[in-house]
Amino acid sequence: MSQILEYSEKVMDHFSNPRNVGEIENPSGVGTVGNAKCGDIMRIYLDIGKDRVIRDCKFKTFGCGAAVATSSMATELVIGKTVQEALQVTNQAVMEALDGLPPVKVHCSLLAEEAIHAALWDYAQKNGIEIEGLKEPAKDIEDTEKFYEMSGE
Amino acid sequence: MNNMIYLDNAATTKIDHEVYEAMKPYFEEQYGNPSSIYSFAGKSKKALDEARETVASFLGAKPAEIYFTGGGSESDNWALKATAEAYRDKGNHIITSKIEHHAVLHTCEYLERHGFEVTYLNVDEYGMIKLDELEKAIRPDTILISIMFANNEIGTIEPVKEIGSIAREHGVLFHTDAVQAYGHIPINVEELCIDMLSASGHKINGPKGTGILYVRDGIKIGAFIHGGAQERGRRAGTYNTPGIVGFAKATELAAANMGQRMEKETVLRNYLISRVLKEVPYARLNGHTEKRLPNNVNFCFRFIEGESLLILLDQKGICASSGSACTSGSLDPSHVLLAIGLPHEIAHGSLRLTLSGETAKEEIDFVADSIKEIVGRLRSMSPLYEDFVKKDK
Repeated sequence: MSQILEYSEKVMDHFSNPRNVGEIENPSGVGTVGNAKCGDIMRIYLDIGKDRVIRDCKFKTFGCGAAVATSSMATELVIGKTVQEALQVTNQAVMEALDGLPPVKVHCSLLAEEAIHAALWDYAQKNGIEIEGLKEPAKDIEDTEKFYEMSGE
Repeated sequence: MNNMIYLDNAATTKIDHEVYEAMKPYFEEQYGNPSSIYSFAGKSKKALDEARETVASFLGAKPAEIYFTGGGSESDNWALKATAEAYRDKGNHIITSKIEHHAVLHTCEYLERHGFEVTYLNVDEYGMIKLDELEKAIRPDTILISIMFANNEIGTIEPVKEIGSIAREHGVLFHTDAVQAYGHIPINVEELCIDMLSASGHKINGPKGTGILYVRDGIKIGAFIHGGAQERGRRAGTYNTPGIVGFAKATELAAANMGQRMEKETVLRNYLISRVLKEVPYARLNGHTEKRLPNNVNFCFRFIEGESLLILLDQKGICASSGSACTSGSLDPSHVLLAIGLPHEIAHGSLRLTLSGETAKEEIDFVADSIKEIVGRLRSMSPLYEDFVKKDK
């Protein structure tokens, strides 16, 4: 269990006032990672210029306080970077920028790294380019519709 | 609103001032050990005897059937482990439900590792155990049925009388974890055919670290804590006199105010439920609508996660709890919400609000307004909601 007091001030700030929440229309790349079953889903939208510099980045996240805060911080860290530089925004970098996370929340920062990679992968696929060191992301999103169809809601 | 709104009374309660006052003399003045023989200690002994009588009469039991313990978890552990040990000759099968508190579930898992077999009964979508399944589960080697009186998360009140009757017909002992029900709704161990019952002090405005186990006369369970002759040799350890006095005082007050309090809480509970279900889309009530603890409300809100909701409620001064994985400390959401058939992703978005006798309507209104605003805000940043809205177009 994470108590609110275990979160750093920076985590609480990014959770309470998340930066870059939203969608980008016709994004250069979009990546969704996580699993609703485990309680975290992150979606990252990228707007990338011809010079391969990330002009804008937006996110949407379903998840706990740490999941929202790491998404928010990840968007701030990648904006203005080239796609190659953005690959270096690791979970460690996100965590350090947030002054740390409680141990049980470290997986949230991994999710942020994966979400960026997934969005970059989408960008690379759309443009038929290869980004050195980037691997295809795993994708496992659960669907809740069945339950609601069954219960008639 | 700057004041804190405390709606987590199923977690613990504020000690009642009268309870606190009743306990005070037993710290500094009448601190004698009730087991000692001099007259100074006799006052402590007298307080202990009176406390036992208060609790016994509240439950419709005899004083000698009440054992003071260190809390609900200890009572549950004792009832299950000692029954298993004492009745091993008769059999090694125990029946419980999938929605018990971990004090029962983890004890059952412990007993499974020590050669006992445990049947975990399913519940229906409201969290009610199915009596026909219970009856079918009873075997010649069944020694104990342990089913909670009311569920701590979703507030569903189990058909205790029917369970007790079935147990008695089959000659099986019946234990109930009544930690959430004791002092909140009427309980009579005779009428309900209860053989053993666990209760806790801090859920009824009494002190933490106090509890009881009711053990029907004639049930031959041994001691759980060894080392002294206290509690007729069944529970060693110097008497926690202030705690026991506090437990009894809390019981006395709960008994005196029960009808009035149930009525008040039920009205506010139903008001909160109807406001939220009316004003927040894609919300559902978990648990039974009528067979429900008067102070329990439990919702699921689709597309959002419980911990985020709790943090934002906390920022408005509202204390609540959730069954999401992030608050349970594991990757799985609440076992209770899964047992009533909710998918993981919906169980993650649960919110439990538990009222007290002091909860005011203005507070409920503020909470309903806050929930509406916060759920809307979290949905606006939820990719699940985004997908849902786009699919609908």
